[in-house]
Amino acid sequence: MAKVVVVTSGKGGVGKTTSTAAIGAALAQSGDKVVVVDFDVGLRNLDLVMGAERRVVFDLINVIQGDAKLHQALIRDKRLENLSILPASQTRDKDALTSEGVANVIAELKEKFDWVLCDSPAGIERGPALAMHHADIAIVVTNPEVSSVRDSDRIIGLLDSKTARAMRGERVEKHLLLTRYDPARAARGDMLKVEDVLEILSIPLLGIIPESQEVLRASNIGVPVTLNAPETSPARAYQDAVRRLRGESVDIVVPQERRSFVDRLFGRRVA
Amino acid sequence: MAFVIAPEAPLAGWLEALRAQMLRSPGFFDARPVIVDLAAVNAGTEGIATLIADIEACGISVIDVENVRDIPGADPWKRRLVGGREGGTVEIKESAPVVPPPPPPPQFRMIEELVRSGQAVRFPQGDVTVLGAVSSGAEVLAGGSIHIYGALRGRAIAGALGFARARIFCRRLEAELVSIDGFYKTSEDMDPALRGKPVQIWLEAGRIMMAAQDLAAGRI
Repeated sequence: MAKVVVVTSGKGGVGKTTSTAAIGAALAQSGDKVVVVDFDVGLRNLDLVMGAERRVVFDLINVIQGDAKLHQALIRDKRLENLSILPASQTRDKDALTSEGVANVIAELKEKFDWVLCDSPAGIERGPALAMHHADIAIVVTNPEVSSVRDSDRIIGLLDSKTARAMRGERVEKHLLLTRYDPARAARGDMLKVEDVLEILSIPLLGIIPESQEVLRASNIGVPVTLNAPETSPARAYQDAVRRLRGESVDIVVPQERRSFVDRLFGRRVA
Repeated sequence: MAFVIAPEAPLAGWLEALRAQMLRSPGFFDARPVIVDLAAVNAGTEGIATLIADIEACGISVIDVENVRDIPGADPWKRRLVGGREGGTVEIKESAPVVPPPPPPPQFRMIEELVRSGQAVRFPQGDVTVLGAVSSGAEVLAGGSIHIYGALRGRAIAGALGFARARIFCRRLEAELVSIDGFYKTSEDMDPALRGKPVQIWLEAGRIMMAAQDLAAGRI
């Protein structure tokens, strides 16, 4: 039975697209058939992060409007043949998304894939609402800072009230993915603590992704970090998150500040 | 106008039926004069001696007894009224027994989880109890008092339709705004010492008052 997962946050710039790519790739690495769907119509990015931008012919809107068949719009990843991307349209806006069209596309994707990962746009309007509507599982991407936490709280409220599952009286399974966690700032106490975020949002923690140059580098070259640098700490954190998503029990590791020998010798701290 | 009732033998059964009738139609005989017609019974009928007293014990006020003849115990009633004219038979209407209506259920709303940012709970009819937290950017509005068993990080508006005796209670005060009966206080004006504490909030002479509750000592 295919699972529909929405990667959402409310706030922009917290790492939804990067996380969608990394989690999609990690799920595909274990052999499942995975599709990542860009719902950010008008501001598409997922194709860039996945390195598929030069192969986009048709997109989600073309499929919804009947101008193209689904298989024409799906782009197969060059590194993992069981990973596909359905890009968004850059020239259209979110009004081109119809709820009936989205329902049809999701239903068709569920027949072809094991995991349908929907990369939600920021905000709480039509785009995000349609991206989350068919979700069985939500990954709520949050940075450890108050504005991001408050926006995530708002999104969780919508997941519990506006989705197809909520309307049927069921629940969307919700997970918190804490991204851009900076151990140095956490050590100085100028970032929300993990337990504070968990206390406010009250949903289970899927993983903590440390702030890392590796994530930025992977995005820039268009390869998900889980493929580009699988041994780095953010990639491992994403891999652990995916194992938890599959229902495995993996201990959560809070990233710690790595201090060099010299730092420790002199007790020096980054200002 | 007076009613006439005519006891029949056996009297025990007749009295039983009378009592049952009284229960079904309470108030029917209230303040109505009743005449007892003894035509259908005689001195030998069992229970005749206490009949009038038994009828009165049912709550019926007997003003006269007719056809007394030689029936013992009825003598004092003999021919006190004269010249009565017979009317028709009266059907006793059975009213529904007067059971006092159940009191209306108490008005309150119970929220069993947290109220998230952007959500609003509005209940002008009475009190609101929230078992979880009230997030930053969430709002609880009550006509009565507000009880929050989690952290209050959003807004709590009590006595919203004008009720100065409403109060707000929370396990942890981190509120953005509290209001009672239209008077309000924002986070900036709250005593920083109360932040994170269990707090009670009430109104005194148009001023929002706040005090920490010492839950351990059972003091408020």
